[in-house]
Amino acid sequence: MAKFKRDKNERVLSIRDLNISFKTNYGTVRAIRGVRLDLFQGETIAIVGESGSGKSVTVKTMMGILDSNGTIDSGSIIYRCREKDGSEIEYDLTKMSQKDIRYKLCGKHIAMVFQDPMTSLDPTMTIGRQIMEPILEHETVSRAEAADRALKLLDEVGINEPSKTFKQYPHELSGGMRQRVVIAIALACDPDILICDEPTTALDVTIQAKILEKIKEIQLKKNISVIYITHDLGVVAKVADYVAVMYAGRIVEKGNINEVFYDPRHPYTWGLLSSMPDVDTDSDRLFAIPGSPPNLMEEVVGDAFAPRNPFALKIDYREEPPMYDVGGQHRVASWLCDPHAPKVEVPAELKVRIEKMKKEAGVQ
Amino acid sequence: MSETRKPLLHVEDLKQYFRVNRKQVTKAVDGISFDIYEGETYGLVGESGSGKSTTGRAIIRLYDPTGGKIIFDGHDISGRLSKEDERYLRTNMAMIFQDPMACLNPRKKVKEIIAEGLEIHHLCSSQAEVDEKVNEVLDKVGLSREQATRFPHQFSGGQRQRVGIARALVMNPRLVIADECISALDVSIQAQVVNLMKDLQDDLGTTYLFIAHDLSMVKYISDRIGVMHLGHIVETGTTDEIFENPIHPYTKSLLSAIPHPNPIVEKKRIALSYNKDEEGVDYEAGHEHVLSETHKVLATDEEFAKWTAA
Ligand SMILES: Nc1ncnc2c1ncn2[C@@H]1O[C@H](COP(=O)(O)OP(=O)(O)OP(=O)(O)O)[C@@H](O)[C@H]1O
Ligand SMILES: Nc1ncnc2c1ncn2[C@@H]1O[C@H](COP(=O)(O)OP(=O)(O)OP(=O)(O)O)[C@@H](O)[C@H]1O
Ligand code: SF4
Ligand SMILES: [Mg+2]
Ligand SMILES: [Mg+2]
Repeated sequence: MAKFKRDKNERVLSIRDLNISFKTNYGTVRAIRGVRLDLFQGETIAIVGESGSGKSVTVKTMMGILDSNGTIDSGSIIYRCREKDGSEIEYDLTKMSQKDIRYKLCGKHIAMVFQDPMTSLDPTMTIGRQIMEPILEHETVSRAEAADRALKLLDEVGINEPSKTFKQYPHELSGGMRQRVVIAIALACDPDILICDEPTTALDVTIQAKILEKIKEIQLKKNISVIYITHDLGVVAKVADYVAVMYAGRIVEKGNINEVFYDPRHPYTWGLLSSMPDVDTDSDRLFAIPGSPPNLMEEVVGDAFAPRNPFALKIDYREEPPMYDVGGQHRVASWLCDPHAPKVEVPAELKVRIEKMKKEAGVQ
Repeated sequence: MSETRKPLLHVEDLKQYFRVNRKQVTKAVDGISFDIYEGETYGLVGESGSGKSTTGRAIIRLYDPTGGKIIFDGHDISGRLSKEDERYLRTNMAMIFQDPMACLNPRKKVKEIIAEGLEIHHLCSSQAEVDEKVNEVLDKVGLSREQATRFPHQFSGGQRQRVGIARALVMNPRLVIADECISALDVSIQAQVVNLMKDLQDDLGTTYLFIAHDLSMVKYISDRIGVMHLGHIVETGTTDEIFENPIHPYTKSLLSAIPHPNPIVEKKRIALSYNKDEEGVDYEAGHEHVLSETHKVLATDEEFAKWTAA
């Protein structure tokens, strides 16, 4: 398989040591704790991880829609793009005001499809108007042209009767149709980066497959970069070149998709891969990682996953593990990867599953 | 599955139409029939817009059904509801919604949202009892008591969905309609919730109508599955029958579209496609063909012969 080449010159987004917290009446939530991540032109990355691990907060920051009680405590998010005249510009999104990000970048440079389609559609406006709006705002085209493009977009995302839907209101559509409309709006202004936060959770598998293929097609045609946030590891396997696994505000494992799926190293990733339903086997219980994620209002001492980790070492309760380079693009934040750590094997059941997958895929 | 068991929910020829404008009517649900037995899980799957949510909403009477019959535990709840039937329905049937945010009151604390049902129907004699029930259900869904004093917007998508589940379960209803209740959760929590729902079912005998598009999860939780397409149930059967011996081409296409977490294989795989009109399938003309006591397919005689020929 042709692997995606990560070429330093083609980096469109680099996040460095990002820390974000939220003030609440009960204390401060340290939602993002030292995230480092790159996105390259034309690449598709997937961010997976536990609910509440900070996936949405990370991408909301890029869109300038961080909740008002949130602050960026440190770090940078560098976005590189070309202006119309071909000159290259760099923006540090953490230094820009939220309004500036939204005004200068959102829509035409970075666009997002939200987790909750209902919250991103205006219930009082017809679908057609909602798609035309960003086009009219960012480009000098006539209303008729914008309407034409809106109809075409609806057709592209797989709406059966574009001209009917064009005139409807959000509440008249099913959850899946709404989500397709949201995708049409995101694509309206040809962004460089498309962020999809659980874009297909409201969709059934057949339409999901179509939408993912559609996004891929548009991506190849326009060479855009895509960030997927999803918990569906099947979707990740289908679309992603590169994966980052988050837990409690940190990236605990990252690497190209094959490295992470065929050779997972972090115990949380093991749990994640094990808890996935496997349609080929018969068992009436799913593996579920025991316990619940840490309360991010309390300071995390040591490794955040340790209390839920049957393989935890003593040091895990004292000190946060560094990011180990385990070869290739594969990086893992676990003490188990330390050369001095005792050797711990992948759980037997997962090992069998992975071997089966590798055999099916014809890899060693 | 014994045929002598009485269904907890009996749905017969249910129709739910919406008038879009003076000329157009959307037939969101167009004459579906099924039974759900006490203590089992019936999975309803199908593409977006096929009418799954509408079915759930019609059953719990958020809509007035256009036609058909709904019998819930001996109470006819399809027509105008008597006060008594209305109360029976509201305290014994609960729904977990697809859009968690849309149904959580943003100005109420999570704890209050969960307690709402208990309070409206005066199901507890004291505040202490309410608190106890709420705390119990919080533990069950994996939320802390401290978290319950926050507001919905301070939660992640997955956490909010757990609030929705807690709210439905707190009344200890007999039938829970779960509309895509785990779709927004990450896999490890999906697994927890699915296991949790199963445990509760074992403990309390709760019956579920489990609406989802994620067939692999549906496989784990359902005893029987109904496949919906364009307002019709095109095939129904036990989980094994649907997965091992699908007959309807739509069911086959759904099964083939499940993404597998194997990156190299998955990037090459192409799902089967199904287009009703191209294949000339006519749902209106079809009738129920019986393959086994539990396995049924909607087809014309011709279609049925063709699909079972191979
Ligand atoms: N406005 C806010 N105030 C307080 N805490 C917040 C706020 N927004 C998010 N959080 C907290 O920040 C953490 C990260 O939330 P985020 O929405 O990024 O999770 P996520 O990884 O996207 O989860 P999910 O998969 O459930 O969507 C969570 O613990 C959440 O409760
Ligand atoms: N209040 C309404 N007014 C008009 N049409 C409606 C209404 N509610 C639903 N519909 C239409 O009924 C059909 C079925 O919608 P429904 O929400 O039941 O689908 P669904 O199977 O739940 O889909 P999804 O998987 O996307 O949630 C759709 O065509 C939808 O547009
Ligand atoms: S650092 Fe320790 S607790 Fe964390 S995943 Fe590795 S072994 Fe487990
Ligand atoms: Mg999220
Ligand atoms: Mg629905």
